[in-house]
This record gives sequence, C-alpha cells and structure tokens, in this order.
Amino acid sequence: MTVDRDKRKETSAVALADKDMLAAIAVTRFGLGAKPGEIAEAARDPHGFLRAQIRRSGADQPPGQPVTSRERMGEFRDYQRERREARLEKTADVRPAAAAPANGADPTMADARPKRRDVADPVKAVGNMLREDISSDFTARTQLAASTDAAFRERWTLFWANHFTVSATKAITGTVVGPFEQEAIRPNVFGHFEDLLGAAESHPAMLTYLDQIQSIGPDSQFASMQRRGGPFGVGARPQQAALRSPGLNENLAREIMELHTVGVNGGYTQADVTEFARAMTGLSIGNERDGNYGAAVFREQAHEPGARMIMGVRYDQRGKEQTNAILTDLAAKPQTARFICGKIARHFVADDPPPALVARLEDAWRSSKGDLAYVADTLISAPEAWDPTPAKFKTPYEFIVSSFRAAGGQPQTFQSFGPILTALGQKPFSAPSPKGWPEDAQSWAAPDAIVKRMQFAQAFSVNTVRDRDPKILAADALGERLTPDTAKAIARAESRQEGFALLLMSPEFQRR
Amino acid sequence: MNAFTPSRRGLLATAAGFGLSLQLLAVPAVAADAALNKKKVIVVICRGGMDGLSVAPPVGDSDYHGLRGALAFGSEALPLDGTFALHPQLTAVHAMAKAGEARIVPAVATPDRARSHFEAQDVLETGAPGVYSTTSGWLNRTVETLSAHRKVDAISIGPTAPLLLRGKVQTASWSPGRGVDAEARLPTLLQDLYRNDALLGPALARGLATETMAKDATAGLDGGQGAMMAQNGGKAGGGFKAGGGAQGAQGGREAAKTLGESLAGFMREPGGPTVAAISLDGFDSHAGQAGLLTQRLAYLDAVLDGVHTGLGPEWKNTVVLVATEFGRTARTNGTQGTDHGTGSTALILGGALKPGGIVGDWPTLKQSALFENRDVAPTLDMRGLFKGVLAEHMAVDRTALDNTVFPSSAAVKPVLGLV
Repeated sequence: MTVDRDKRKETSAVALADKDMLAAIAVTRFGLGAKPGEIAEAARDPHGFLRAQIRRSGADQPPGQPVTSRERMGEFRDYQRERREARLEKTADVRPAAAAPANGADPTMADARPKRRDVADPVKAVGNMLREDISSDFTARTQLAASTDAAFRERWTLFWANHFTVSATKAITGTVVGPFEQEAIRPNVFGHFEDLLGAAESHPAMLTYLDQIQSIGPDSQFASMQRRGGPFGVGARPQQAALRSPGLNENLAREIMELHTVGVNGGYTQADVTEFARAMTGLSIGNERDGNYGAAVFREQAHEPGARMIMGVRYDQRGKEQTNAILTDLAAKPQTARFICGKIARHFVADDPPPALVARLEDAWRSSKGDLAYVADTLISAPEAWDPTPAKFKTPYEFIVSSFRAAGGQPQTFQSFGPILTALGQKPFSAPSPKGWPEDAQSWAAPDAIVKRMQFAQAFSVNTVRDRDPKILAADALGERLTPDTAKAIARAESRQEGFALLLMSPEFQRR
Repeated sequence: MNAFTPSRRGLLATAAGFGLSLQLLAVPAVAADAALNKKKVIVVICRGGMDGLSVAPPVGDSDYHGLRGALAFGSEALPLDGTFALHPQLTAVHAMAKAGEARIVPAVATPDRARSHFEAQDVLETGAPGVYSTTSGWLNRTVETLSAHRKVDAISIGPTAPLLLRGKVQTASWSPGRGVDAEARLPTLLQDLYRNDALLGPALARGLATETMAKDATAGLDGGQGAMMAQNGGKAGGGFKAGGGAQGAQGGREAAKTLGESLAGFMREPGGPTVAAISLDGFDSHAGQAGLLTQRLAYLDAVLDGVHTGLGPEWKNTVVLVATEFGRTARTNGTQGTDHGTGSTALILGGALKPGGIVGDWPTLKQSALFENRDVAPTLDMRGLFKGVLAEHMAVDRTALDNTVFPSSAAVKPVLGLV
C-alpha cells in the first residue's frame, strides 16, 4: 500500500513539471550543466534533445591528435631505462674507485657533483614530459566536457570510464589512462556491454593496471622451463629460481567479477576467482623481444593448460578463447544486469534510487542482451529520472565542468582546474582504487570540501564573469531550477563576481 | 536558614524536572571528566589491504622465509622480540615500541571474509558484523554516544571524510589549503543561502570554524604547500610524480610528517577535537610489493612520527590505532607481490598505552595453521581491539559498545588492559 502511494506521489510530481523544468533537468541532470542558451534549445523537446545524442558509433573523442597507448607505453619504457642508467651512473659517481676502471678512468672524476646533475637532467626532462602528457590528456577531455553540445553522451561515457577505472596512481599506467578511454571506452559506450567489457579487459592499460601482464600459469610451459632453469632462467641459481618462481596474480580476475560484471554479491567464490585467474594467464602485453611492446598479446606458453570450472560452468576452450567465453558468460548474467543498472540509476538519479527505475533499466538490459543504446534510451524515458527535486550532489569534476559551461567557456590550461580537483579529493585520472570515484553526496560534501569549492568559485568568478550580468548567467545556467532565494541573493550581490560566485555555490547549482 | 531551605529544595526539584539533577549532584564525576576530556583517540585507516607480514615480519617463525621467498625480510628488519620485527621503514614506530609506546596486533581481521577491498573497508569502518547493514561509521557513533555526557569533537584530515567518521554527528574535516579571507562577504552570504540546506549548511559552518582553528593549529608548520603535497602526491608510484628518487622520497617523508603534526595541532587546540581519523591509500601490493611498501610504510611512519612529536605533552593522553581492511596471502604470488588475504597486522601506539608484547595470539605460519591454506589466520576480531580502547581509554559505556557503536557485537569481547 505504501509503495503504491509513493508511486502516485512520484507520478504526480513528474506530471507537474512543465516543459521548461524538463529542459532544465535534461541539461543539468542528464547532461553536464547548461551552457548559455542550452536549456532554451532543449525546451523544444527535452526527451528528444537527449535521445538524439545516443549514437551507435560511440562517444566523441577529445580534441587534438590522438596518441596511442602503445606509443605512450614505449615512451614510459624509455623513461624507465634512462632512469635506470642514470641511477647506475650515479652509483658509479659515488664510488669512483669501483667505477673508474669500467668507465676507462676519467681524470675529471674528482668533480662528481655537476656531472651527476647533468646525468639526471634528461631523466627529469622525460619525467616532465610524461607528466605533461597526463595533464594534456586530461585537459583535452575536460575541454570536450565543457564545450560539447552532446553532454548526455559525454556523461554516459564518463560513467563507463569510471566503471572500468584505470588510474594514474600507478606510475606506469599514468600516461595511458587517456588513450585507454579513447581506444577501449569511447567507441563502445552505445554498443553491447559484452563488446565494451571485452575491449576494456583486454586493453594493455587495464592489463597493466590490474597486474595481469605478469600472471603466469603455474603449470604452463613457461613456468616449467623456468623451474628447470631453461632459456628464461639461464644462469639463475636453483635456489634463486625457486624464490622467484612465476605464477598467478588474481587481481584482474577478482575485479572483473566484483567491480565490472556480477558484483560482490554475484555468487562467486575464492575458487572461482583463482580459476578465472588461471584461465586468463597468457593475456599480457608485448615486450621488446617480440617487437610488440605495449600491445596486448596472448602468450600460449604462459597459459595454464586445461579446462576451468567457474561459477558451475566448465570451460574447455583452448588459449584465449577460454577467457572470451568466460567474459561472454559473465556479461550475460542477470547479476551483471542488476549490479550495473543499479549503478546507472545511482549515477544519474539518486544515491538511493527508486527501485522502479532500477527494475526498468534491468528489464531493458536483459531484453536487449545488454544493448547500451537501448538502456540509455530507457533511462531517458523513465519518469522516475525526471523528478524535479535534484537528488545528486555534484562530484568535484561535475562541479568544475558545469562551472565552465555556466560561464560559457572551457579551460585553456591544466593549471586553471587541475589543482582544485586535487584539493577537492578528485585528482585528475587518479581514482584511489579500481572501484573508481565514489558518486554519493557523503563522499564529497565534507566541510573542508565545501570551503574549498567556495574558494574556487570566488577565484573563478573573478577571472570569468567580466561585464556580464550574473542574473542572466543564473537564468541560463539553471532555468526553471533557479530558486527565488538564490535569484534574490544574486540580485543583491555587491559585484558581478560575487553574484556569479553565489550562483556557482547555490544549493541548486551544487546539485543536479 | 529555614526560610532558605524550601527554596533551595524547590530549585533542585525544578532542575530535576529539566533533567539537570545529575549534573548538579555528580560533582566528583565532573572532576573525573577533566581528565577524561583530555583523552584522545586517532584512527589511521590504511586502504588497499596492508600486508601484515611486511609491517611486522615474523622473522623468527620457521615457516616465514619459505612462504615469502624473496619478499622475506632478514636482519634489516627492526627487531621487536624473538619472533617479530618491524619493517625497516618503520623507524619512528620502532623507537616508540622500544619506549613501550607501540605494540603490534599481528593476526587481526574484521568479521568479513570476502577478500573484497570495498566490502571489507565497509565492514571495517561501519563496525557492523556484515556489509551493507549500516551507513554510518563506528567512530561517528562513538562521538554520538560520548556527546550525551561530555563535549566531544571529531576531525578527519583529507579532502574527503572517511566512512569511519560519517554519520549523524557533523564532524570537522580539514586538508591543507590557502585559508579563508575573514573579510570576504561570500561565506556569510552563503551561510544565509544554506539556512534550510541540511547537507550544505552544517558542512559550511563546520568548515569555516575549522579554518579559523587551523590558523592556530598549523602555526609555525609548513602547513600549506608541504602538507598539500603529502596529501596528494605521496602515493605509491606518485601518479603524476613520475620522477622522485631519493630526494623526492625524503621530501615526501617530511611532508607526511607535517601532515601528522597538523593533525596533532588541531588536537592540542583548546576545545579542539579529541577524536580524529585519517586515511592513507595505496597498500594494494599485487606486484612489486617490496618497493611499493617501502614507499607506503615510510609515509605511514612519517605521519605517525608527526602525530607523536606534534602532540607533545598530549601524547600521554593519546591512543593511535592503525588498521587495514584485510591482510594478504601468506605466500608470495607469481608476480613478487601478494593477493588478497585475511589476517593482517594492526598497530596500537600512544603515550597512554601500557607496555607489553604482541596483542592477541600468533597462530604461526604452519601450513595447517593458515586460513584456507592461504592467509594468516585471524585470532582476534578487530572490533575487540577497538572496543577495548574505547571502553578503557575513552570510557565508552559497554552497552553502547555492544549495541550501538558495534551493532550486535556482545559476543566480541573487548581487549582489556591496553591502557
């Protein structure tokens, strides 16, 4: 009975929302915040405005020349090599007696200090270059978010990028987070989930981030050769070989099940995780020997031979077909539909979303066999998603992007938005764990964070508002969602900057 | 006199009517409160599943070297007793242990056995017997419980508040930054705009109050840039910090110490928080564990060092708990790391601590003793450790501990005698 009553209340609230309110919701909740004129544009047909952004071919790509993850991995390898060499030389400098003969006796050795600095410089230079790569990737991605006319498409994409998190918290994956999103995520966000899953899990960035690249079947050819001190273990003393015997790493297997498909309550056991890890052995990235450095490869000789049993199903495929079969089955499980549809509803609508909405999305997912375009369309059609009360508190990235959009601009430099994201706890491309960024209000509305948002709003307003009227900017940014309280506060502001800062910090702009 | 008595009685009766009688009558308790009000507890959460066998390697356990192979520590570890040592980077902790102000808890776990980071962190921080059963943290409920009797404030350090300290009571949070211009109009205007906003109103008010306190708390410290770097750049591999080297690591250590000192600074302020939480990321060591943990444990050690030095005379009133969501496999995996396990090592430190050996039993690393032939077998429920400290150090009522702070935990006995 209670449920029925609640439902009626919801429906009536939605029915009350007029077209202008629907347009404001479309642009701020489904999109990334309004650019001047965007709400007016959406008002003609708010649902159609969003539907038109669904595109089989996938998401937009950030501006600029794309760089492949392979090139980036190559650069990183060079950097590591230079660093290693520099360290060796450093050691040589510190111990001139030992190093001198090998170097062919350098008479200027006495003055080791300036030399050390010279040696360290190229390393520092490449280090800066790598850092620059990450910043420019993130800037391009933020420019796209701040300027796109298809902001629902971009929000949908960011959801999936966060679902399949690869983070720069690992130095080696730092420069490939951007390329990973461009290569594995963006082309697949409106295809079938199974294809997105396959693209994400087999991408070199994911294989590296979740430690798959060194995982080796304990009974594979490679492992037995190494145990015998064969070609891969030449010169290794038996004792040492035993200490470093190669084997499984179950990180990727566990996170695919727990975070990417069926969820932690999806019904798998520790034994399933280990079996899945065995099945995936051989999946790695190329090295310098095989000339495929940085590309995803499958090494038969590192693959654990034999059939695997996972969640009650026997997989007797050979080689990488085994992993593909398992991923196909995981993608099709009803637990996967439930887990991910719950996440979609929490991302778009509320931290605690209406069960009816989750059920609707789940139905769409199952009946379409994970067709993400159809799921997106279902989300747009769902009345529960259009409740006029904004329930989502913006994450720092959403707040910053929507601020740029409200100002009708986009960031020109990383410096203008990167450091504040870090201060707010959302360091660019650096989600703290494979679970990705949290999306609930409690995670982002700590007292310190609100103070820092206020400081950003103050500085940002000074730099962007110029001679524009904050009352007009507010109407453009929030449309029907602008409350009388906020409108009044902005009208009373003692400067344009103060008025714009009040808009950005208003309760309704902080939410969506 | 006679004329005065009824009126005095009447006064007491009125006071009792307003529930004030306890306060008026319990004068000795108020005196005891003065000492109690100074008691401080700090909880450090190490996320990612910190490897207990690296924090406190059981170098004297005859199975340790066989299981850990190249990852095993030898004489470079800092000795504690016949069995245990500390990781070579934990020099400050070691000095505290030698002074009887730090102890290890080598086989402890939450009640969760799923080996999932996120589920285990949830259980660790909510203090519930299982996942998804409550959405507030046990430290927040501790503050809530204590607030019925005395004024207790809590703070978390970092840009986001850990689940541990989220809940009904609005707690403070702080991370290094530029400070607020006291003359600006915006804070006042916003407080007015947020007057009906249950989320933003209290948060902003609390944030502004903490900023005011921060001016004193971090005076004399390099509280700005250095600590900011510690908060954001001090992670494994450094993320953006592709360079680094020895000099970078040293800088990171100093910044981490400053962060610990800043936290201590808040706790030394008159009317400052007596409960604090800080959370450190990056302990998930599936591959290349030796290097990763060298960096992370140096960072942890420096934060604890900063807390110790920063608290000064208040150190004697303090207990610090360091805990992680789970331990890691006893055996090294195929990639010079370890996978998700069960039992791990917690640390308990502070000037309020009684000296002693390890806390809880050591199950040994014999194959038959391993949990599921894989992990260090837990001999102690993490909640028992927390409950013991809260009961004896913070004087949290036992009924509240069993039911509210750690729901349905009557069967989990507090570890007594630690303070």
